[in-house]
Amino acid sequence: MSTDHLPPGGEALKLPARPRPAGALSTVITLAWRAMLKIKHVPFQLFDVTVTPIMFTLLFTYMFGGALAGSPEVYIQFLLPGILVQTIIFITVYTGVGLNTDIQKGLFDRFRSLPMWQPSPVLGALAGDLFRYSVAALLIIGLGLILGFRPGAGLFGVLLAFALVLVFSFAVSWVWIIFGMIVKTPESVMTTSFLFLMPLTFASNIFVEPKTMPGWLQVFVHYNPVSRLTSASRGLMHGTDATADVVWTLAASALIVAIAAPTAMRMYYQER
Amino acid sequence: MSIAIETERLSKTFGEKRALHELNLSIRAGSVYGLLGPNGAGKTTSIRVLSTLLKASGGKATVLGLDVAREAAAVRQKISLTGQYASVDEDLTGQENLVLIGRLLGMSWGDARSRATELLNAFGLSEATNKQVRTFSGGMRRRIDIAASLVTRPEILFLDEPTTGLDPRSRNQVWDLVRQIAADGTTVLLTTQYLEEADRLAERMAVIDNGHVIAEGTSHELKSSLGGNALRFQLANPAQREQAREIVSRVVGDTVLPNTDPTAISLKVADASVAAKILAALGTADIQLTDFSLGAPSLDDVFFTLTGRPPEQATAEKERAS
Repeated sequence: MSTDHLPPGGEALKLPARPRPAGALSTVITLAWRAMLKIKHVPFQLFDVTVTPIMFTLLFTYMFGGALAGSPEVYIQFLLPGILVQTIIFITVYTGVGLNTDIQKGLFDRFRSLPMWQPSPVLGALAGDLFRYSVAALLIIGLGLILGFRPGAGLFGVLLAFALVLVFSFAVSWVWIIFGMIVKTPESVMTTSFLFLMPLTFASNIFVEPKTMPGWLQVFVHYNPVSRLTSASRGLMHGTDATADVVWTLAASALIVAIAAPTAMRMYYQER
Repeated sequence: MSIAIETERLSKTFGEKRALHELNLSIRAGSVYGLLGPNGAGKTTSIRVLSTLLKASGGKATVLGLDVAREAAAVRQKISLTGQYASVDEDLTGQENLVLIGRLLGMSWGDARSRATELLNAFGLSEATNKQVRTFSGGMRRRIDIAASLVTRPEILFLDEPTTGLDPRSRNQVWDLVRQIAADGTTVLLTTQYLEEADRLAERMAVIDNGHVIAEGTSHELKSSLGGNALRFQLANPAQREQAREIVSRVVGDTVLPNTDPTAISLKVADASVAAKILAALGTADIQLTDFSLGAPSLDDVFFTLTGRPPEQATAEKERAS
C-alpha cells in the first residue's frame, strides 16, 4: 500500500462550523490547563521549583544557623519566611521564559490569530504558575516544619503570608513578561532576570538583619520591596504586627502592576 | 464572483526596510491562490498583515469585506493561520494540541476531544495521538499544524510555506490536504518558493518581489506572458555544458536562461524552427543529448525572467539562513 497519500479525509474534512467564540474566563482556564499539561509532560520543569528550595533551606539553615543565631532551630524561625519569598520570586522568571518560548516557536502567532480575548495566553500562563508556586511553598514549609520551624500564628498565618507572596509574585511576573517580549531567546530571559533578582533577594533582610551592613546598603535594603515582603511574611507567620509591611508590599505590588501590566499588554499587541 | 481577500496599495515598512510596497491583490472566494516570490519578497509579511498579526503602514486590506485593521476581531473569527514554523506546542501530545485549539475556539471539552480524534485519523496521525509533538517527524508536524487550523471551518486558510523542508512524500500529502480543503469551499492563500507547488495547487497566483506584485494570473497566463516557447536540452555530459551553451548562444543570440541543473540548458525561442538549427550545431560539435523538449515555458522560466534570479537560488539562500 502506498503511503504517499493520506486516507481520504471524509467526515473529518467536512469541517464543522465555528461555534460562538469562547468567553475570556473559559480561554484563560483552557490555557491554564495547557500550562498544567506542560508540567505533566516535562516534569523536569519542576526540578528547579522543588530541588532549589530544599537545597537552599537546608544549606542556609545548617551553614549559617549556628553562626548567625546560635543554633539552626533558632535561625530557621527567622529564615523560613524569607526563603519562601526568595524561592517564589525566583520561580516567577519562568513566566517570562515560557512566554518567550511561545513567541519564538510561533505559537503566539497562532494564539493571536484566534478569535479569543487576546490577553488570555498571558493570564493563562500566570494561572498555571500558581501551581508551581504552591508546590514550592508546600515543600519549603513542610521541610521547615521537619527542621523545627514553628510558626506562632499557625496555619492561617502561613497561608496569609503565602497569599501575600503570591500577590507580589504576580506583580513581578509582569516585569518578566516584558523581558520575555524584548529579548531573543528564553535563555537570555533567564540571564537578564537573574541579574536583577540576585541583588534584590540577597541585598535584603532574608538572611540577616541589616544592622551590620554599611549605611548605603542599609538604605537599599530598607527600600527594597523584597525586604518589606520578608518582614511582612515573618510577621504574618509568627503572629507579630506586620500591618505596615503588608500595606507597603501591597502598595509596591499595585505600583508594579500599574506600570508593568499596561506596558506588557501594549507590547503584546505590538507587532514583532 | 465574490472576493475573499483584497488589498489596495498595501504597504508595510520595518524601520528603513520596505517589506510591502503598494501591494494589490484580489482573491476570489473559494479558490486556492498562490503567493510566489523569492525569500524576503514580502510573502510572509502579506500573510501576517492579512491575518491581523501586523498592522499595515499604508493602504488597505479587507478579508471577506472586513477591514483587517479596524475589524481585526471579526476577521479572526473567519480565518485560520498556519505559520511558517510549526505553531503547535511541542510539549503537548497531538491530541492535546487539537483539544487546546478547539477549546480556544469555543467548543465544549467533549466536542473538542471528539473533533481532535476525528482530525488525527483524517490526517494519518492516529498513532501519534498520545505522543508529544517534539517526537514528530517534519511531515507529521506540518500535518498537525494544518490540522490545528481545521478544527473548525475557517472561511479563509492562510498557509505560509506549507511544504518548505518536507520530503516529496510529505509534500504530496500536504497537497492532497489543500485540495480537499479547497474542495470544501474554504479559500486558501498559500505562499511558496516552489513553483511546482503553485503550478499544481493554485488557480491563480501572484509573483511578488520587493513587496510588489510583478505578475498575476493563472499558471497558463503567466507562462504564455513570456511569449514564445521554451526549448530544453538535457546533456549526457555536464562537462560539455559550457561548450554547448556557447554553441546555443551563437545560433540564437544571448537568450539562454540560467539553470541550476548542470546537465540542462533552456532557452526561450520565438520560432520553433530554431530548434532544428541548434540540434544540428550540437550534433556537429559531437555533444550528446539525453533529452530534448520544446514547449511552453515553465514557471521557473517565468520566475527568472521576472525577478532576475532563479528560484533555486532563493531557496538555497533561505536554507543557509535557517
